[in-house]
Amino acid sequence: MPRMTRPAPNEKADLKSFRKLLRYCGAYLPAILIAIVLAIGGTVCTLIGPEKMKDLTDIIQRGVMTGIDMDAFVEVGIFLAVLYAAGAVLSYGQQFIMATVTQNVSKKLRSHINRKINRLPLNYFDTTTKGDILSRVTNDVDTISQTLSQSTANLVSAIALFIGVLVMMFKTNVVLALVTIGSSVLGFVLMFSVLRVSQKYFNRVQDQIGDINGDIEEVYTNHNIVKAYNGQEGERAKFNILNLKLFDSNWKAQFLSGLMMPIMTFVGHLSYVLIFVIGTVFIVNGNDAVTIGMLISFTMYARLFSQPLSTIGQSMTSIQSASAASRRVFAMLESEEMSDESAKTLVPEQVEGNVTFDHVHFGYLPEKTIIHDFSADLHKGQKVAIVGPTGAGKTTMVNLLMRFYELNGGDIRIDGVSTKEMKRETVHDLFDMILQDTWLFEGTVRENLVYNKQGVTEEQLDTACAAVGLTHFIKCLPQGYDTVLNEGSSLSEGQKQQFTIARAIIKDAPLLILDEATSNIDTRTELVIQEAMDKLTENRTSFVIAHRLSTIRNADVILVMRDGDIVEQGNHEQLMAQNGFYAEIYNSQFEQTSA
Amino acid sequence: MFKLLKYLRKKDCLFAAISVGFIVLQVWLDLLMPDYTANLTQEIASGAPTLGAVWRNGGFMLLCAFGSVASSMICSFFVAQIATRYATTLRAVMFDKVLSFSDKEINAFTTPSLITRTTNDIIQIRMMIVMGLQVFIKAPILAIWAICKMSVTSVEWTFATAIAVAIIAVMVVLLVILCFPRFRVIQKLTDRLNNVTRENVSGVRVVRAFNAEAYQEQKFEDVNDAIVKNHLFTARTMGLMFPVMTMCMSGLTLAIYWIAAILMNDVPAGAEAPMARVEIFGNAAAFMQYAMQVVMAFMSLIMIFIMLPRCLVSAKRINEVLDTVPAIRDGAGEGVKDPAAAPHKIEFRHVSFSYSGGEENTIRDVSFTVEAGQTVAVIGATGSGKTTLVNLLERSYDATEGAIFVDGVNIRHYRENDLRAKISLAPQKAVLFKGNIRSNITYGEDGEADETRLQTALEVSCAAEFVGSLENGAESAVAQGGTNFSGGQKQRLSIARAVYKNAEIMIFDDTFSALDFKTDMLVRRGIRETYAGATVLIVAQRIGTIMNADKILVLDEGRLVGEGTHKELLESCPIYRSIALSQLGKEEL
Repeated sequence: MPRMTRPAPNEKADLKSFRKLLRYCGAYLPAILIAIVLAIGGTVCTLIGPEKMKDLTDIIQRGVMTGIDMDAFVEVGIFLAVLYAAGAVLSYGQQFIMATVTQNVSKKLRSHINRKINRLPLNYFDTTTKGDILSRVTNDVDTISQTLSQSTANLVSAIALFIGVLVMMFKTNVVLALVTIGSSVLGFVLMFSVLRVSQKYFNRVQDQIGDINGDIEEVYTNHNIVKAYNGQEGERAKFNILNLKLFDSNWKAQFLSGLMMPIMTFVGHLSYVLIFVIGTVFIVNGNDAVTIGMLISFTMYARLFSQPLSTIGQSMTSIQSASAASRRVFAMLESEEMSDESAKTLVPEQVEGNVTFDHVHFGYLPEKTIIHDFSADLHKGQKVAIVGPTGAGKTTMVNLLMRFYELNGGDIRIDGVSTKEMKRETVHDLFDMILQDTWLFEGTVRENLVYNKQGVTEEQLDTACAAVGLTHFIKCLPQGYDTVLNEGSSLSEGQKQQFTIARAIIKDAPLLILDEATSNIDTRTELVIQEAMDKLTENRTSFVIAHRLSTIRNADVILVMRDGDIVEQGNHEQLMAQNGFYAEIYNSQFEQTSA
Repeated sequence: MFKLLKYLRKKDCLFAAISVGFIVLQVWLDLLMPDYTANLTQEIASGAPTLGAVWRNGGFMLLCAFGSVASSMICSFFVAQIATRYATTLRAVMFDKVLSFSDKEINAFTTPSLITRTTNDIIQIRMMIVMGLQVFIKAPILAIWAICKMSVTSVEWTFATAIAVAIIAVMVVLLVILCFPRFRVIQKLTDRLNNVTRENVSGVRVVRAFNAEAYQEQKFEDVNDAIVKNHLFTARTMGLMFPVMTMCMSGLTLAIYWIAAILMNDVPAGAEAPMARVEIFGNAAAFMQYAMQVVMAFMSLIMIFIMLPRCLVSAKRINEVLDTVPAIRDGAGEGVKDPAAAPHKIEFRHVSFSYSGGEENTIRDVSFTVEAGQTVAVIGATGSGKTTLVNLLERSYDATEGAIFVDGVNIRHYRENDLRAKISLAPQKAVLFKGNIRSNITYGEDGEADETRLQTALEVSCAAEFVGSLENGAESAVAQGGTNFSGGQKQRLSIARAVYKNAEIMIFDDTFSALDFKTDMLVRRGIRETYAGATVLIVAQRIGTIMNADKILVLDEGRLVGEGTHKELLESCPIYRSIALSQLGKEEL
């Protein structure tokens, strides 16, 4: 099947990325050069082959009348055998080196991307999909490595072979050379015209397969709704239309691509016959130089001649897709990293937990400020509740406190020290953070709990687990703390919450960020978790994205958010007295709905 | 694999027979050509070729070549038709089958697996048919025929060919045995690499909060090292294939010449000798072509055998789906009224249910009634069986014990479509289909959308405002999975769909918890005011959402532990009270 290539939007820019890739291979350039030399050596072996076969054939031909000169035959025969062996060794050597280079480059690229992930500002992840980043690490790097291993050296040897065959043919016989080239060109013209038509159908098939897979995925995933709304008939009709469309272009693409091989074979036979006919004309006209050996060698040249042409074509398409892949990879590798902070050495020693927001201005896009001039003075041990409707930007507060995003104006100070004057890592160390999206990774229970903290004792682990009610669960695991958690171990959402809270307890930082959402948790676990959360907020300055009225009512400060901005602040009584947005939300849940 | 063949149509079987005919023709012509090669070689080797003889032989050879190409094109046409039509039929059969499945079968297979079975597995089968019809039939015919022709000419040459084929076959099989397990390892490692990256990206906030970048990097590097080690092994091993194969083919040509030379020298001297030598020479030329064809045939056979296991797995996976009988059967549709249940809209009578049979019941002996026009709420912990209750009412599953009645008729006696026409559902996770807003809200209805009904539905679900602000209003496109709408918007459109249907029973399965308090309240009020006659069933987690229901059902571990109004339950049901307390705090109670 012909390779599927999307038309490159900007081919010139594309090749630029490919050059970038070659520069990236820098350290391996000597190895690549050796591989190229080996490839050319292999090509020379391939080129000498027909020449020697010609000699061999002529020896046989001369022996027709009198018997064959076996000594001469054996001499050439052994030479050929050695030549073939040498060709094999050289070509394997080339492949070995290129495989090694390729794998090392891919490894370097992957590591590089992965390290990059940790140096990009958070903004990058909020604006790029997970799938996009993943496909750069795997698909794009794979495409690049395939091209590197197969195309680069092959391209060089194909070009060498192409030139070599031309030289050998014209050296041997100009007319026969022209005949051979002519029939090969005819073959390619035929093939490209078929390819052009079939490419159209292949692109169509590709799109239609995408459509039909999308449809299948949608219907299967939403099976419940399809049935609940008796949508089966409609879905069947829609599917049948897509399926028939796919049939139509699919069989045409299949048929056309099936024509390639026969056409090439036919052209091969055609040039064979033409070489013999023209050769005979020479012989009949008494041209002594033309022998059966020469004709045989030309049939071999004809085969060698068409080979590099298709290799070059393939290499070019593959280099194109590799360029596209490199562009995506390098775009990521070159995107702006977080500012370097190695010069900042400030590490606050005993943090009390007084937090000051001083005229904070912030927007995710520079031209669109969402937090206008927010100021607040929070004291050690206070509980701050952040409330507001879904989508009001409650996580913005997390982003700013943790310095995941930089402020556009104003300052956030912890115990009077601006967070800007600390390293990001230092800021992170000050906070315990529990988000709604519980995050566990593949690793043991212990690794998940201790996560990157040094010197945690078994006792601390036990205490933390007891506090969140995990003790029993962990005891029941086959290897206790050393049980590996992976996708197979089906933890409930509640258990994951318990894990993340225990992790925070172990980290034991002076400040706390807590998303209280406990949906999908059964009532009993919910009570345990809420108790653990409440305990965690004691004696810590805590920022709670609040979902419970009890939390909100007990909070020292409530920040009310709407459309990204903080619109009201105060405690429950003050806010109720203001009778503004907060009061509206609060009252709405007690309103009578049954008429 | 053979079981699947019954989906071939008669016409396609005929097509297949025709293509086999053309394959035989093609093989015959392919094997005729070397004869002319021999003639041509002999003509020239004789030292005095005539142009006429060369033209004649060359012409016949081209004729053969042309015939061969023509028949392989015809063959390609039929094969493309058969394979593609077959895949199309199979895909439609699969799609129908999966549509007929109930939740039970879907969950047993899992949705992603069903998707792969309908897409990739069928593509596998299609490729196998293409390959099978062309290569699997052609290669053995060609190989056997060619070997027959060869062994008539010369034993020595046949032997040389056999050795070359053996070397190549042994090498390929060895490489496959060595590398295939590694390929599987690589596949697994790639998944792991993806997992570690996904983990790192989705947990980026946590990773940074814990300053654990180095930890994550180390984890990635471990997998990266392993994957490179395996890749290197396979690349270096598989790299042997091509050079060795080329060497074997060239070596075989040389061997055929060498044998020819020896044979020619063995010809006893005499007047006949030159002629005999010329004949051997010509045969050698023909033989090289035979040998190449035999080697190629064996190589394609090897390729097929490498592909075959994967295809068989696909066939098995498809058959598993097709052989599954859906558990839910249509009722007869006769409205057999149960006199005792008649006055109630919905009645659960001693219903028990377990998902896997035998194991612990998810629903245990639940009985309750709902009257027409009532609003009934179900509350309880996750895993207490709330959604299961909805699934049973909708007959996504059949109750293990007991019976459920709608309008006094056991739901097993309804035709599935009739039952579902009475019920509309907005599930926990909002579902949108590719299309536009209108097609999503009127989903499942034929014909023109009723504009006023549509507008009402949008207003009731508090979606009118944001839909109105879109450039194309209700005609605005919805991407697959509704990714161009926010979670709250999706939820509101899903509610709009449920109310547009205007069914006698409306079920909201934890639909409101994604809305903020105020929207929640507005939507509920809208539903009650606009669709006063409908029976509304609300599954919820927030006390605020259900406080005002006519009746609240409290579930705990599959049992109905409380039934009554908010006030009654605060008095009588400790579980309800503890939920209320934890959400509202003492002050509000």
